[in-house]
Amino acid sequence: MIVLGSACLILALVAALYAVVAALAGARGDRRWADSSRRAVYALAGLLTLAVVIVEAAFLRSDFSFRLVADHSSTTTPTGYKLTAMWSSQGGSLLLWAWVLSLASSAVLFATRGRHREIVPWATAVMMGVGAFFCGLMLFAGPEADPFARLDPAPAEGAGLMPLLRHPAMAMHPPMLYSGYVFFTIPFAFAIGALITRRLDASWIRSTRRFALIAWTFLTIGIVLGARWSYSELGWGGYWAWDPVENASLMPWLVGTAFLHSIMVQERRGMLKVWNVSLIVAAFSLALLGTFLVRSGILDSIHAFGASTVGPPILVLIGCVVLGSVVLIVSRLDDLRPERRLDSAFSREAIFLVNNLLLVGLGAVIFWGTFFPLVSEAITGTRSSVGPPFFNRLATPLAIAAVLFTGIGPLIAWRQMSWRSAWAIVRWPLAVAAVVTVALIAFTDARGEPFALTLFAFAAFALSALVQEFAKGVAARRALAGGSVPGALAAIVSRNRRRYGGYLVHVGIAVLLIGVAGSTSFQTSRDLFLSPGESATVGDYEVTYVEPTQSVSGSEERLTLGAVLDVRRDGEHFTTLRPTRNYYSSRNADPASPVRGFFEGEATSEVGRTDGLGEDFWTAVQPDLTRFDPVIERVDERLAAIGERVEGGDPAAQAQVAALQGAAIRGVANRYADDPPPANFRVNVNPLVTWIWIGWMIALIGALIALWPSAGARGRVREMYAARLARELSRA
Amino acid sequence: MAVFVTVPLRRPARSDEGAENPRVAELEARKEAKYREIRDAEMDREAGKLTDEEWTRVDRELRREAIALLKQLDRVRGGE
Repeated sequence: MIVLGSACLILALVAALYAVVAALAGARGDRRWADSSRRAVYALAGLLTLAVVIVEAAFLRSDFSFRLVADHSSTTTPTGYKLTAMWSSQGGSLLLWAWVLSLASSAVLFATRGRHREIVPWATAVMMGVGAFFCGLMLFAGPEADPFARLDPAPAEGAGLMPLLRHPAMAMHPPMLYSGYVFFTIPFAFAIGALITRRLDASWIRSTRRFALIAWTFLTIGIVLGARWSYSELGWGGYWAWDPVENASLMPWLVGTAFLHSIMVQERRGMLKVWNVSLIVAAFSLALLGTFLVRSGILDSIHAFGASTVGPPILVLIGCVVLGSVVLIVSRLDDLRPERRLDSAFSREAIFLVNNLLLVGLGAVIFWGTFFPLVSEAITGTRSSVGPPFFNRLATPLAIAAVLFTGIGPLIAWRQMSWRSAWAIVRWPLAVAAVVTVALIAFTDARGEPFALTLFAFAAFALSALVQEFAKGVAARRALAGGSVPGALAAIVSRNRRRYGGYLVHVGIAVLLIGVAGSTSFQTSRDLFLSPGESATVGDYEVTYVEPTQSVSGSEERLTLGAVLDVRRDGEHFTTLRPTRNYYSSRNADPASPVRGFFEGEATSEVGRTDGLGEDFWTAVQPDLTRFDPVIERVDERLAAIGERVEGGDPAAQAQVAALQGAAIRGVANRYADDPPPANFRVNVNPLVTWIWIGWMIALIGALIALWPSAGARGRVREMYAARLARELSRA
Repeated sequence: MAVFVTVPLRRPARSDEGAENPRVAELEARKEAKYREIRDAEMDREAGKLTDEEWTRVDRELRREAIALLKQLDRVRGGE
């Protein structure tokens, strides 16, 4: 199977390179070459699909002759995680990149067959150039990057999946982010094709807008899944740490959001052409940068699981993309002149422009903060990072302003709007925002948090503005066609999916940011050190450490130590929580101290949490095992002595040592339960976090509505306006 | 794979008859966008963002632009 997989990769590289050459030949005018290049892309998709199937089958069969299976799975890894272990490896994630790109490229070439005859060959060459790059990485960047690298002889057991990745959110987080990154290749490639052929009208946008929205949707899913994983698994109490890899996914998301708005201006008004091609170049470059950060390990990150073998080539690719695109854009400035000027500063296109500047400004702040350690190291020789305070200080005002424009944008008409109409449309949202602000000042702690108060006020404005948009749409529909409110709502949404899907996304983002503001500004956090039976007060809650818990999972080679916490509020039982700390057997542990290595090696937290619409009560435990140090040291000395006596590599002796190690660990676990030591607890009261996940779901539903094809409705509208214009034309 | 990929190369060279004219594609895209603008303007009026007078002015302008696009489309298609 390894030979077949390697053959697939070699053929995939050949197919991608052929597609580039054939597409360039097709660009000279012979359609046969262009058709042939399209078929080569389909072939690439087929070959990489087969390669993915071979890798997944190897994981399911625990075929440790595959190096990536031996390094990232084991016979005891649960089946579900075997299927998702592929992208925890460098080779597997590169294969995922190339595979998703081949599928997306096939989809766009199928959708545009017979159209964009001039642009498509160039776009194909760009997409397949990127595809060939990733196939080349897998084949030539060393065994870490090769999903079909062989281990000979194959080990009897694999290293297992990294414990931190054994979480449902983390199983889907990487492919979602990667799909987001990859889908930005499509509009980027078409933009390059449009620049080369000087076909810089909105037709390339029309054909690739959906792919940009798909990229945005995947990124949104990936980012929030990562946040959810961080909140549930990392044990530090938050969902966003301004970590470099988190930031790397947020930057293309912000620029992609700006792009999705500004292309509407170009579609309707023929403006912002330079801005749009620049944005999509930036989004794609940032997507590559995200891949680079995850896979290069150049910046310290809790999410960076890669070695550094593929970092330099990806950096070279980013340099080529940026440099080539800038040269191309500058050489086409004459063709990128706007067809019109802004009619009024008080128009939707002007609002979009301001919102674009805010989003890109936010991206620039995050970019600077993320790469500051590298800049400081280059200048001073010392690597220093800016940390969350920098991001919070600079990003918060920009995010708050962006929320305001989330509400203003949908309210303002295209081209121009009179102040009289503007007042008529904003007075109710303004009134709601004013009432909410006064209520927050009068009845909550928000008066002491100006940033949070401002964000709540702006979010109230945005949400009421968007509700008003839906209400007016429903009222207009009912006035025209009658029917019930739900029926009218369904009708306006299904007939105007882009508009109302987009509005729903705005609602979701405003709700999400309410959750972010509430949870960051009003969090109560305490670190406790409690023995069983002891209690402490956190906010309105009284927490009692009732008893310790311990369990061993032989199938997952995991020891779980935890605690039962009784939580009371206002003197009454509120909830019982069971936070735990999981310790995993690691094949990388120091053989001289296997038991110590077990407890100080790979470990994860399972937080104990009660979620609520008002606030989450969140706890994590870190057992204090210092009491067991003498026991652990004695056992390690004995195991080391046995290890020295047995012949190296003797499987029977290794099994005996492993069994002794297991017995020692179980002994520690039993002592933990019988004579429990104190434990460290982090206890957080996190207000409004649930609204982050609710807002995310709303935004996702909105994006899916906007993505859903509505050929029937569009056809009816097109016919209606065509008929009307035909009448006008006959009179003209 | 080679057979599948090279099928088009074994066909005789075709003229570009039936192929999409890029100019037509551009005008079609602009026409679609113009229809959307007209529709948006109507919805903006229904939502109270445009007064009747404002809408009449905008709508007239948009329809004039749409008609100009349709005439251009006719000219380009007539010249094919």
